[in-house]
Amino acid sequence: MIALDNVYKTYSTGVSALNGISMRIKKGEFVFVVGSSGSGKTTLFKLLLKELEPTSGTIYINNKNIGRLRRRKIPKMRRGIGVVFQDFRLLKDRTVYENIAFAQRVVGKSSKQIRSSVPALLSLVGLSDKEKAYPNELSGGEQQRVALARALANNPPVLLADEPTGNLDPKNAWEIMKLLEEINLRGTTVVVVTHNKDIVEQMQKRVITLSNGVIISDEQKGGYYED
Amino acid sequence: MRISNFFYCIRQGLKNIFRNHTFSLASIGTITSCLFLFGIFFCVLVNFQGLMKNMETSVGVTVFFKDGVTEERILEIRDTVELRDEVASVTYVSEDEAWNQFKEQYFPDGDEGILTNLDEDNPLTGMANLEISLSDASQQSDLVTYLESFEEVDHVNSLDSVAASFADISRLVSYVALAIILILILVAIFLISNTVRIGIAVRREEIAIMKYIGATDIFVRGPFLVEGIVIGLVGSLIPVAIIRFLYVEVVQFVTGQFPVMNVLMNFVPVQRIFIILLPVSLVIGLGIGFIGSYITLRKHIRV
Repeated sequence: MIALDNVYKTYSTGVSALNGISMRIKKGEFVFVVGSSGSGKTTLFKLLLKELEPTSGTIYINNKNIGRLRRRKIPKMRRGIGVVFQDFRLLKDRTVYENIAFAQRVVGKSSKQIRSSVPALLSLVGLSDKEKAYPNELSGGEQQRVALARALANNPPVLLADEPTGNLDPKNAWEIMKLLEEINLRGTTVVVVTHNKDIVEQMQKRVITLSNGVIISDEQKGGYYED
Repeated sequence: MRISNFFYCIRQGLKNIFRNHTFSLASIGTITSCLFLFGIFFCVLVNFQGLMKNMETSVGVTVFFKDGVTEERILEIRDTVELRDEVASVTYVSEDEAWNQFKEQYFPDGDEGILTNLDEDNPLTGMANLEISLSDASQQSDLVTYLESFEEVDHVNSLDSVAASFADISRLVSYVALAIILILILVAIFLISNTVRIGIAVRREEIAIMKYIGATDIFVRGPFLVEGIVIGLVGSLIPVAIIRFLYVEVVQFVTGQFPVMNVLMNFVPVQRIFIILLPVSLVIGLGIGFIGSYITLRKHIRV
């Protein structure tokens, strides 16, 4: 599903963020990628979205070598990956409903399809009563759930989450994690980049630990390793 | 691109215009003023050229023939000359007509018998001539050379300097007008590109989100293109409407206040100006809107 082979990334400033990363994430897995800031987590995240190009090495997503992808095929590749960010990134001038509909509009779904699927997504994340609300009328936890619904709007086989609980209190953070687990149980591969130690330890999932651009541990039911 | 996406882009583009109404109005305002100036310039230019054409055609060349050249031969030459592009019209003036013209010009009130006797013995014998008026005064010297090459031609009267200066002024005005219009267009493109850039900055986050979701380039750019094109379109229709109204008023005012203008020149009718000005303004407005937003999008939005 996701495979990295000996991936290096050196920025034009000379900073080397990743120094030979190799990993395999199978379909339907739930994986944490942890590490302190500067460990290369964010670089990895951007490489998976093809926002950055690796200096060397190959990356496969949904069994496609994304290094060989033509520029104009990038949008289609990204539709196979749902993304969630620490800061939610909702469109503030649109309602919850419109934010989710927007993601489907982008990929060319018809208004009819959108009208039938948005309520289902909202009920999945438990926000059925908030569809007319604007993001700034919602709590952080609710906003992140809208972002999750948006990420799932096009049924991507992979969900990438970059510090999804970073801006949330422990209770809300935990609810988001439960939701991610539920999504994973429905068959979606979930990759969560985080440095939230408590959550990683409680979830008991596979944990890949990065430090200075290399993998220092990869455990099936791991805890959070300090480097 | 799907048809629903096409309508989405149009809807979104229009929404963007209203959402950033300050910038939109500023852009529409600048395009309006550019095209307004362009329109005024165009009206003046068209009328000036009309005036020039009038004057050019009134500049004539007169051809005199050697003794003994028959009327038939002169008419033959007339027919040949008439076929040339730079020639507007050729009039044959016979000896008798020349004499009558002379009498009318110098003795309009009758000649008290002095000249009547001369009618039988036309003093202007051999003065049959061709009066040629030109449609393009700049070609005059070529035409004169050509006419002089006929062996029957005695001499050619022409006002070289007048013709040359008319042609020069006409050309100069066209060049200046072209330069000014070009500068205005560049300014307008710059301004609209600025507006779109501000629009992109305002919606940087939205664009980033669209790209993460997997929106294609055209889907991201579409609304901005629509925005630019609509602004260009509105910005071109307003000045055309204003000028249309103003033109009629101004012509009425000028001809009413200064009757002498009626003698000097014929104002080009409003329909004839707008059958050109309207489509040209629309195309320029659309072009400015499209180019201005397109170059900005190419620079600032890449997947």
